[in-house]
Amino acid sequence: MKNVPLEAGLILSGILFVLGLISVLTRRNIIFMLISVEIMLNAAGLAFIVAGARWAQADGQIMFIFILTMAAAEVSVGLALILQIYHQLKTLDSDAANKMRG
Amino acid sequence: MITFYVAATIAVFSTIMVITRYNMIHALLYLVVSFLAVAIVFYVLGAPFMAALEIIVYAGAIVVLIIFVIMMLNLKQESVEQERAWMGNNIFIGPGILSFILLAEIIYMITSSETNVLSEKVIEPKEVGITLYGPYAIGVELCGILLMSGIVGAYHLGRQKKKVVHRFLESQES
Repeated sequence: MKNVPLEAGLILSGILFVLGLISVLTRRNIIFMLISVEIMLNAAGLAFIVAGARWAQADGQIMFIFILTMAAAEVSVGLALILQIYHQLKTLDSDAANKMRG
Repeated sequence: MITFYVAATIAVFSTIMVITRYNMIHALLYLVVSFLAVAIVFYVLGAPFMAALEIIVYAGAIVVLIIFVIMMLNLKQESVEQERAWMGNNIFIGPGILSFILLAEIIYMITSSETNVLSEKVIEPKEVGITLYGPYAIGVELCGILLMSGIVGAYHLGRQKKKVVHRFLESQES
């Protein structure tokens, strides 16, 4: 059984990141944009895991733990913001939140 | 090795399904499948502890949190129709082409370098924990501060303003 080449892991990470990027560029719904950011963070974590497996060290996995923590904190604050925007504007359209009025 | 490619294909396919769905719940369920496939990739790459964390935190906590918020928003069928109206067929063209040019560039850069084979060595959770609380202890403390500020920020932002019906009623209650 042959080992997985390094390129395959990095290319998978790149494809997932680009898919999340396309989604965050095209969507207008705020919740979908948050989901896309999660996809991109997950792809970045996958790149760290692949790099950690290349050198057989634990450092890549530790960076993944930090990314995981950051994603959890980011999604909770983002969802609180989404709830406030929905209560104030009655819509999930990100274009509706382009005015700063107090 | 075949496990890696099967899991990678499932991850890419389910992510494509996530970014093309109109219904949020369907997109989130495909997102769970994508996270599970990525967890299998982690396991194949010798990171079993990270595979468990991926399933618990990403597929468990984060997706369930988003689902709870969607339930709180109480969206109707019209939101699906509106999403369909927002997402025309030609809206993907511009960002899609530009992003795929960037993807082709990064794939070219990755493949043009010398090839390396990943090691089969499984990195045990014990080794991860020793490294995490040894050289990276300051990172753990910073993560604690980040989570604390996340909790305080989410509570502050998510708090509803107290509804005042009338000044007269308010003064009578107090």
